[in-house]
Amino acid sequence: MMKYAYFPGCSAETTGKSFTISTSYVADKIGVELVEIPDWNCCGTSAAALTSPELAVALPARSLAISERELPGLDVVAPCAGCYRSLKASLAYARESQENRDQIKRIINAPYEAKADVLTLLEVFESDDVREAITAKVQRKLRCLKVACYYGCAMVRPADVCECDNVEDPQQMDELMRLIGAEPVSWAFKTECCGAAQQMTVPVQAKPMIERIFQNAAANGADCIVTSCPLCMLNLDMREAEINAARVARGEEPFDIPCYYFTELIGLAMGAEPDEVGIGIHFHPAKTLLLQRELDALELEYAENEARAAEERKKAEMAAKIAAKKAEKAAKAAAAKSTDVAAEAEEVAR
Amino acid sequence: MRSLNLSAISDADRRACEAIAGEAGVNLKDCYQCGKCTAGCPLADSMDLMPREVIRYLQLGAIDIVLDAKTPWICAQCVVCSSRCPQNVDICSVMRAVRLASKHAGKRPVPEADIFDDEFIANVRAHGVSNEQYLAAFYNLKSGHLMQDMGNATRMLARGLVGPAIHNTKGRANVAAVIDRALEADAERRAKAAETRGGEA
Amino acid sequence: MSRIGVFICYCGSNIAGTVDVEAVAEMARTLPDVVHVETNKYTCSDPGQEGVRNAIISHEIDRVVVAACSPRMHEPTWRKLLADTPVNPYMLEVANIREQCSWVHKDREVATAKAMDLVKMAVAKVARLQPLHSTEIPVHKKALVIGGGIAGMQTALDIADAGFKVTIVERETSLGGKMVMLDKTFPTMDCSACICTPKMSEVGNHPNITVKSYSEVENVSGYIGNFEVTIREKAKYIDYNLCTGCGACETKCPQKVVNDFEQGMSERTAIYKMFPQAVPAKPVIDAAHCRKLAQGKCGVCAKVCPTGAINYEDEDKLTTETYGAVVFATGYKLIDWKPLYPEYGGGAYPDVITGLQFERLVNASGPTEGHILRPSDNSEPKDVVIIKCVGSRDPNKGKAYCSRACCMYSAKHAHQYLDKVPDGRCYVFYMDVRTPGKGYDEFYMNTLHDGAQYIRGRVSKIYQEGGKLICKGEDTLTSQQVTVEADMVVLETAMVPADGIDELAAKFTVGRDADSWLVEAHAKLRPVETNTAGIYLAGTCQGPKDIPDSVCQAGAAASKVIGLLNKDVLQSNPQISHVNEAICQGDGACVGICPYGAIQIVQKTFRENSRKVTRPVAQVNPGLCQGCGACTVTCRAGAMDLLGYTNESIMREVDALCQW
Repeated sequence: MMKYAYFPGCSAETTGKSFTISTSYVADKIGVELVEIPDWNCCGTSAAALTSPELAVALPARSLAISERELPGLDVVAPCAGCYRSLKASLAYARESQENRDQIKRIINAPYEAKADVLTLLEVFESDDVREAITAKVQRKLRCLKVACYYGCAMVRPADVCECDNVEDPQQMDELMRLIGAEPVSWAFKTECCGAAQQMTVPVQAKPMIERIFQNAAANGADCIVTSCPLCMLNLDMREAEINAARVARGEEPFDIPCYYFTELIGLAMGAEPDEVGIGIHFHPAKTLLLQRELDALELEYAENEARAAEERKKAEMAAKIAAKKAEKAAKAAAAKSTDVAAEAEEVAR
Repeated sequence: MRSLNLSAISDADRRACEAIAGEAGVNLKDCYQCGKCTAGCPLADSMDLMPREVIRYLQLGAIDIVLDAKTPWICAQCVVCSSRCPQNVDICSVMRAVRLASKHAGKRPVPEADIFDDEFIANVRAHGVSNEQYLAAFYNLKSGHLMQDMGNATRMLARGLVGPAIHNTKGRANVAAVIDRALEADAERRAKAAETRGGEA
Repeated sequence: MSRIGVFICYCGSNIAGTVDVEAVAEMARTLPDVVHVETNKYTCSDPGQEGVRNAIISHEIDRVVVAACSPRMHEPTWRKLLADTPVNPYMLEVANIREQCSWVHKDREVATAKAMDLVKMAVAKVARLQPLHSTEIPVHKKALVIGGGIAGMQTALDIADAGFKVTIVERETSLGGKMVMLDKTFPTMDCSACICTPKMSEVGNHPNITVKSYSEVENVSGYIGNFEVTIREKAKYIDYNLCTGCGACETKCPQKVVNDFEQGMSERTAIYKMFPQAVPAKPVIDAAHCRKLAQGKCGVCAKVCPTGAINYEDEDKLTTETYGAVVFATGYKLIDWKPLYPEYGGGAYPDVITGLQFERLVNASGPTEGHILRPSDNSEPKDVVIIKCVGSRDPNKGKAYCSRACCMYSAKHAHQYLDKVPDGRCYVFYMDVRTPGKGYDEFYMNTLHDGAQYIRGRVSKIYQEGGKLICKGEDTLTSQQVTVEADMVVLETAMVPADGIDELAAKFTVGRDADSWLVEAHAKLRPVETNTAGIYLAGTCQGPKDIPDSVCQAGAAASKVIGLLNKDVLQSNPQISHVNEAICQGDGACVGICPYGAIQIVQKTFRENSRKVTRPVAQVNPGLCQGCGACTVTCRAGAMDLLGYTNESIMREVDALCQW
């Protein structure tokens, strides 16, 4: 049993509901226990960073200090990428020096030694144990589903804070998708920004950011986008309709690209119904594609079985032919030998 | 702005620019103006100054142009610029530092961005957590964009993603105290820095 | 009782501008054993030197202190002067009051006080010096050139033309290096192969030159005039005495291998010549890919060879020879950009190519016979983007330095593309255009007039969409984001030292900088020599440069070698380590620390306390010792002393500094 302190984040019960539902579904199945940090508070996200550096450090530190006290020894998991970056940046600052820690302690008025690490859910899922557990629980592979894994910015940048060594082309989610049989496409907007809160504050300017992400996913043959951040999800899934309306007005083809949390797809592969993992409450219709690909996968399987059977038949036929030839050859040799023996006997007789 | 009189730029202007760079942990002289930051910026086409130009004006000491710029307020803090910069200049942190300096100078070239952040922090100060539906409502009210995302609000309600109930943390008074102490520490630091700068002059 | 003369230089205002030279002289007159002090505006000038010479005679001086510039600059001048006087050339101490004093200080009072200290120290030290005498070292009149590119070939030809024997070691199967891969050379647009291959054949046929291709330096020992070098000639599996180079084997070989010479854009056979004009003009078998050698099956080449030259049993051959001088001409390679630039696709897009790939694409003997066709689908690209400084001037991802040749060859690439694809469009993303060189800027301007669109800015990202490579940049001159939908992108990547340079340089104790470029003895005044006597540098092993500069440097290195090989004997440097055998413990700490392998432990018999005792002691090879002094500080017993810098003389300097 793997156990982590769990920082749900403010969107867990609202816009990120599906993420929460699917995360707990998958975590249950694979034996990862997520213990909610008691009385956690908002991480402050970019709003705190854009208000005051001290505030940006203090808000996450309060929750981390509570976790350190109430859930000692447990690393903290923050599924939301925005929360992750805030927590991780605060932790990095605390770990820089004793002076920094003292300053934090003064502000949060609580003991805090910055002991526990902060992880994304993807990092938790990176361990061999979890991979094996997932593999063991997979009931149907999501074959034929072409996914564009979208990481966003907050899990990878700043690279030194996020300790990320592949900022442009991360692979953790792609590997998980392969594990459940889906087909990650190679595309170029994995870590381009979705616009984050700017989708509210400067919506006109920020809207093209979303459109470009859909554009590149579509151009590279993706059926859908898979995310691991509730804000990315909201910006993509909820605003796809607005973008499509604008495209239609311009005389362009609308997109039909549903978005999923990676945990939803893992849940599906483990046998969940779409509604069980929150897919039913997406904005863009997200169930039809899954049915279509399930059908495709069955047809593919059928075709593969047919091909395999044909191959077997062919092999058997050839083996039979070889056996027949061999028998024929042996018979001829025996006949030749008996003629020889007869001739010899005749000679001896003479 | 046809001509920038470099001789009219005062030592205090230069020091103010250096101070912003210092907050961001950046040495302005490292930037050789290659423009890779701008090239990769997902919002550059809506900015009044290119991210590269913000650094350039800081290099020149043109503090007023920098503080009046919309660019740092449009910046989404996605950190692409910093991660690809050949000279390891943390442009994204500079944007944040400029925005704070601009805010403390009483300017807000993009009021919506400022309102959003203030409302966000006020929301957290009141409840310990952020209540997105109220954040959006207050934001719309204060920014004057009353109808923004109204359609989406209905869609969210229909899916049970948001509702009228307000979430509060148990220790929300404690959270408010943390916010107040953090902002005090922030003000103290700025006062001290201003004093040092004044002392130099 | 010694008689010391002190000569203090103004160096125009270089020293006198910051140091009160006369006050220093006044102080020097009060120092013990000083019998004469004089100042001069330029001590190193002819009249200045004459003054020193006269003073030595008239004041019967037997030790000399010169307070002037760095000894790196003029110590040899003073030694030479003393050689013509009764004073031993090593009874000299130079007080560096310029580089280490006047140039680095502004405060006149402080600088003057420091100059006084430096003079005091020099006087104290010179009083303790002993006369030293050099010995003669023979010179082996033969040179070794490592690397057979344009720099190595030019060096070898110049030395050989002067009448000396030269061996070229080339690790590839042919001479030619990078130059022979290029299509045209800037700014004259000479066909590169047309001027390079005649040089190759000249080298191959020169009576004084031995070419050891497919060979590498295995081991080296010895010193200037006497380098003993072991060379490993890799198994070629072909007897070059029998092979006529007819090529029958190459046409029949069934095994295909990626062709490195064509930058991976075509295939070659397992038995192969690098390219048709290769020198030597004979193939080798690539053992890693040959079916016969790897799997024991095949043997087609042996069957078709008309002279029976194929020998599958061939083995590496080691040969050892002695050389008087060694020239490094090991060249460069292009930085591996793929792991460094994931934002440019990291190698995922086949139509994002390097400059060297472009050279092969545009070359008539290349994989496309000179038609510019992009690798993915062999179509002619109509929109081409050239990106400069990929890996150069990029301390975050690559190297901080400028690779120096790229501005010109990217202009050449743009020109060649527009020449061959008249309806094509070419965009060059640049940060600066650096074209110092004869005819260079004119060449760049011509490229602009050809229609190349120069965009000042770095590209941030390249990605594929709708069959196009989308390049996102900023035109920093108009301050706006620009996008080019390109069919092909050429990355002009940084030069980095050739593979294996660290190991090779360590064998010869040649210094490297932080980027592994080999370090010259003096950036301005000894640009082709190294700090290890008898070893010289030519071409890009010393740092990025273009062909004209490489050839210049090759000629310079050759002239240094010729100067050395012209001598029958060399005067050794007598300032080397000396073992006090009476107190040497023979523990060998000095052996381990010596960077030149100059010390060994030998058994020696001594008479101690009226008894014969045999015990181990250190022995210094005077030919190898460079006088670095590492052993003297390592020796616990204090048995190692550096002549000219003895422990005692240095302690006297310290004393002088501490006695205020």
